[in-house]
Amino acid sequence: MSTLEIKDLKVGIETEQGHKEILKGVNLTINTGETHAIMGPNGSGKSTLASTIAGHPRYIVTGGEILLDGENVLEMSVDERAKAGLFLAMQYPVEIPGVTMTNFLRTAKTAIDGEAPSLRTWTKDVKGAMEKLRIDPDFAARNVNEGFSGGEKKRVEILQLELFKPKFAVLDETDSGLDVDALKIVSEGVNRAQEENDMGTLLITHYTRILRYIKPDFVHVFVDGHVAEQGGPELADRLEEEGYDRYLAKA
Amino acid sequence: MADSIITDRAKGAPLIAGFTEEGEDLSPLNLAASNLSPLGGDAAKEHSHGGGFGVADSSRAGRPSSFDPNDFPALTGREEDWRFTPLKRLKGLHSEALSAAAAPAIEVKVTEGNLELAVGVEQAAKSDARVGFLAPEDRVAANAFAAVETATVITVPAEADGDVIVASIHGGNDTPSAQHIVIIGEPGARATVVLDHSGLAVLSQNVEIDLKEGADLNVVTLQRWDDAAVHASDQQARIGRDAHLKHTAVSFGGDVVRVTPSARLSAQGGEAEMFGLYFADAGQHLEHRLFVDHAAPKCTSNVLYKGALQGEAAHAVWIGDVLIRKEATGTDSYEANKNLVLTDGARADSVPNLEIETGAIDGAGHSSTTGRFDDEHLFYLMARGIDEKTARRLVVRGFLNEIIQKIGVASIEEQLSEAIEAELAQTEN
Repeated sequence: MSTLEIKDLKVGIETEQGHKEILKGVNLTINTGETHAIMGPNGSGKSTLASTIAGHPRYIVTGGEILLDGENVLEMSVDERAKAGLFLAMQYPVEIPGVTMTNFLRTAKTAIDGEAPSLRTWTKDVKGAMEKLRIDPDFAARNVNEGFSGGEKKRVEILQLELFKPKFAVLDETDSGLDVDALKIVSEGVNRAQEENDMGTLLITHYTRILRYIKPDFVHVFVDGHVAEQGGPELADRLEEEGYDRYLAKA
Repeated sequence: MADSIITDRAKGAPLIAGFTEEGEDLSPLNLAASNLSPLGGDAAKEHSHGGGFGVADSSRAGRPSSFDPNDFPALTGREEDWRFTPLKRLKGLHSEALSAAAAPAIEVKVTEGNLELAVGVEQAAKSDARVGFLAPEDRVAANAFAAVETATVITVPAEADGDVIVASIHGGNDTPSAQHIVIIGEPGARATVVLDHSGLAVLSQNVEIDLKEGADLNVVTLQRWDDAAVHASDQQARIGRDAHLKHTAVSFGGDVVRVTPSARLSAQGGEAEMFGLYFADAGQHLEHRLFVDHAAPKCTSNVLYKGALQGEAAHAVWIGDVLIRKEATGTDSYEANKNLVLTDGARADSVPNLEIETGAIDGAGHSSTTGRFDDEHLFYLMARGIDEKTARRLVVRGFLNEIIQKIGVASIEEQLSEAIEAELAQTEN
């Protein structure tokens, strides 16, 4: 079993008006095999947490720590974090002209595993995973995310999740912009990855909709840069009924 | 891409009289029309980059040409077509008498296809009708013409069918020199002709390409000179009826490289594809000035140049002049230049000029983008475990690959991929 610990994490960004603190002391512990939903209103810092775990240079950590099985994640470069078993499914995956999906997937898999995958099984794995996510086989020859629709980009993020087999996955609003069918397909992919690899999942979402398909073990409500409340799946049901108003009133 | 400047008009979008854009040239015809518009007139003049000696707003068609260098005033660097070129580093190509004897040796071989193909290779006097059918348009090119007695004429016979002919042009000295090459594609000939420049040279070179009816030539000019080389190459093509020219300029090596390819579409149904790829390192000046002259109906042209720049004072210049004359009805034309700036201190100048003298065209458009290396690309790839070096390589290789893939000759594509790898290895050290 692996553990991802976030301890009193404080994170900000540089703006024209100076340093702006976004995360004001976040505490969270996730074990492999568990699914944690992080919910909260817009601007509460959910996506900042996701990007900070992955190491996006825009976010400046001013306090606290992130530990993966006791190892200091904050000292790792972005690629080292991925190699250590962290995966971020991005909210806005970028297009990379001139780099084909096939080339990208193989290069990334080789980097993460530290050795090139066996060509025969790899091709089969990619094809199989694409089929399950209903991604057109033509996508393999296309450039990374280039000309993909919003829903296609999200499916390709989950494709990578299934192929790279991380210990922990952070899904940053993967559900946004998906219709019901796509939401189901994407959720099935996450559930498969969890079952097959005993993955720990940090599911960041604004809406409870995706929680019908991906069942959380724990729900954390994020308000103004920290966890305002946590509980079991029943907390999600309550949010569905009441929304975030009662937290915002308090804040 | 962040920090990028994009000017783009969709292919086929109508040109609005009096509509001005940075880098766009308006012909006298358009100017006359634009004076009717409240947006035209002076504003249009301000944005003109027209050529010609001190003649404001003159069309690209009006640029003087001559075989005699003395017909061109001495260069000052203020001329429209020389304003980006560091004259001081031309080592006299513009001001001294050049030596034909010191020019790099040319060796022509068929390397792929029918190795027995009867390619004509001969030294023809410059009075020969096959030589000098297009007059030089600047002083440096005219200076070269004045200095040579003969031209190397490479004739691709009609029976050529996809063969690859390589002219190795290898220099071994830095004496200011001159050279003239003529490439003739006989009617219906289909072949690739490679001008492969290497070694050390200070060279002003005229290359004339003559495509007879229905000829289909893929001309690749590789500039992979030693660091100290200086090379000015005027490459003018006359494209016959239903003939097709694919011209690809690849510039990696040399201190100053200035290639000025032009395609004269002077007979109906001609097609010109002009591609380019350059990689400018610290201190290097790589300049490409295109001219596509649509002078006959129903011709098409497509221009795409892509470049990467890295290092202090790396400088790339791209000028794309497209002229669609009154008689060139049914023209379809597009030109684009894309630059990727990899490090601080590098500079890319990019100016597309489009002159349109007829409204009866199928399409005309241009686009120019110069962008920094995108940190979001880097983050995305690194978040998938790919280290920074490899991620940068993937993006740059991907960017330049688009041009390499257009060459269509596997052996050359491979060599160029290797050359790019070598350039990339340089940034990392």
